[in-house]
Amino acid sequence: MQRHLISAADLTRDDAVHVLDTAEEMARVADRPIKKLPTLRGRTIVNLFFEDSTRTRISFEAAEKRLSADVINFTAKGSSVSKGESLKDTAQTLEAMGVDAVVIRHGASGAPYRLATSGWIDAAVINAGDGTHQHPTQALLDAFTMRRRLVGRDAGLGQDLSGRRITLVGDVLHSRVARSNVDLLHTLGAQVTLVAPPTLVPVGVETWPCEVSYDLDSTLPKSDAVMMLRVQRERMNAAFFPTEREYSRRYGLDGERMARMPEHAIVMHPGPMVRGMEITAEVADSDRCTVVEQVTNGVSIRMAVLYLLLGGNEPAVAHARTTEEK
Amino acid sequence: MDTQDKQDPQDSQEPQEPQEPQGSQDARPVLEGPDIARVLTRIAHEIVERAKGADDVVLLGIPTRGVFLGRRLAAKLEQITDRKIPVGSLDITMYRDDLRMHPPRALARTEIPGDGIDGKLVVLVDDVLFSGRTIRAALDALNDIGRPRAVQLAVLVDRGHRELPIRADYVGKNLPTSLRETVKVQLAEEDGRDTVLLGVRQTAPGAQH
Repeated sequence: MQRHLISAADLTRDDAVHVLDTAEEMARVADRPIKKLPTLRGRTIVNLFFEDSTRTRISFEAAEKRLSADVINFTAKGSSVSKGESLKDTAQTLEAMGVDAVVIRHGASGAPYRLATSGWIDAAVINAGDGTHQHPTQALLDAFTMRRRLVGRDAGLGQDLSGRRITLVGDVLHSRVARSNVDLLHTLGAQVTLVAPPTLVPVGVETWPCEVSYDLDSTLPKSDAVMMLRVQRERMNAAFFPTEREYSRRYGLDGERMARMPEHAIVMHPGPMVRGMEITAEVADSDRCTVVEQVTNGVSIRMAVLYLLLGGNEPAVAHARTTEEK
Repeated sequence: MDTQDKQDPQDSQEPQEPQEPQGSQDARPVLEGPDIARVLTRIAHEIVERAKGADDVVLLGIPTRGVFLGRRLAAKLEQITDRKIPVGSLDITMYRDDLRMHPPRALARTEIPGDGIDGKLVVLVDDVLFSGRTIRAALDALNDIGRPRAVQLAVLVDRGHRELPIRADYVGKNLPTSLRETVKVQLAEEDGRDTVLLGVRQTAPGAQH
């Protein structure tokens, strides 16, 4: 694996499977009386959140603490300094404090990449969501949830998702979750279909490794997993579709539509859900809906990523040495 | 790969021996299949004897080959005592003291039998006892899982060169070695045959990592 985790597209198939396998072992720590491993003792990790987040930040924090890392939470909400400068200043402050890894969420696409490649800091950078670009740990936890449900916990070890048909429905345009998932699921051998109104499909989607459809009903029977994306209501004053009711009728998942999915198929949602909009309460509360499971799996996946990035030699040293050897 | 780990648990802390290019590729077998079976039978009897019936014994193998040895020992114990013996595995990767000296290692499975280890007699099972650092890590790992009545250690081979005050309670074979020698345990479950090979280190310590 590389030193940073910026994009799901940077992961090879073997890297991704290795993360999933590691997460499977990490998940077992949650069943123990003492949910803690000494592995990252003495490592300092900063959670640098420029954008609001509940579950991702708490999930990272739980993962870091379970691995015994020292955690510093930095919420830079309301910062009015222009992006480049503020990020640089913050980065240099963190560097001066001697942090080993930075988990960053930023409203601007590309901020984690800039942090990782600018030479401002030596720490490993983990992208926890940047603008409408990427959210790699979300894609990993989604893939983990799919592998557990569709292949099996033990049977899944070492396996990818080849041949599985995954459908992502909703606001693809604004969704970093969709972008990360398309990249990672393609790497893992799955066939991905995006379903959205034409106005919510980004320009250039034809270059993505996936199919695009405007018709949910014809796609559902051919799906092993259906992932509903949140309709980002805050942006809905723009005319992406006529009314919420119409959107809900065409692209929302209700009990009747769920019944058209194959027996084994699961319903996923990265959260937060807007009940009554993209998903009805009936579907959200059904056994086939994995929302809560995804949150649990998120902690295991983030533990795996942190272990694989920070668990070995000092990252900088390891990086220099491996490049020399190769 | 696992036996390699056990051979040099702390390569950089071992005394640096002169590295002469060695001709003899082939390692010499010191224990063969039937020997290993006999040794395990003896250890099983010793466990029953010392634990006065092995009522509360839980066997935990250390991956990879310790797990197979643990399962074989459990089978033998069941023959002797006519009772089901709980057997599991204990991965010590996350507790190693040399994590920062290598790239992150792949994790193996920790499987604690259903009734847990609280108040039980835990017998750790491993293939080779060398520096003792693996066992120290295992003791730390046990600490996070429960509180056994007592912990004992069974190994197939004790090759000496301890770096910590740790000893085995049940030893299959004491094998005095030099640091330039390697001890490789092969088991049918993983390697297709049962044997313990004594060889001479071919490469500089740590080069394979």
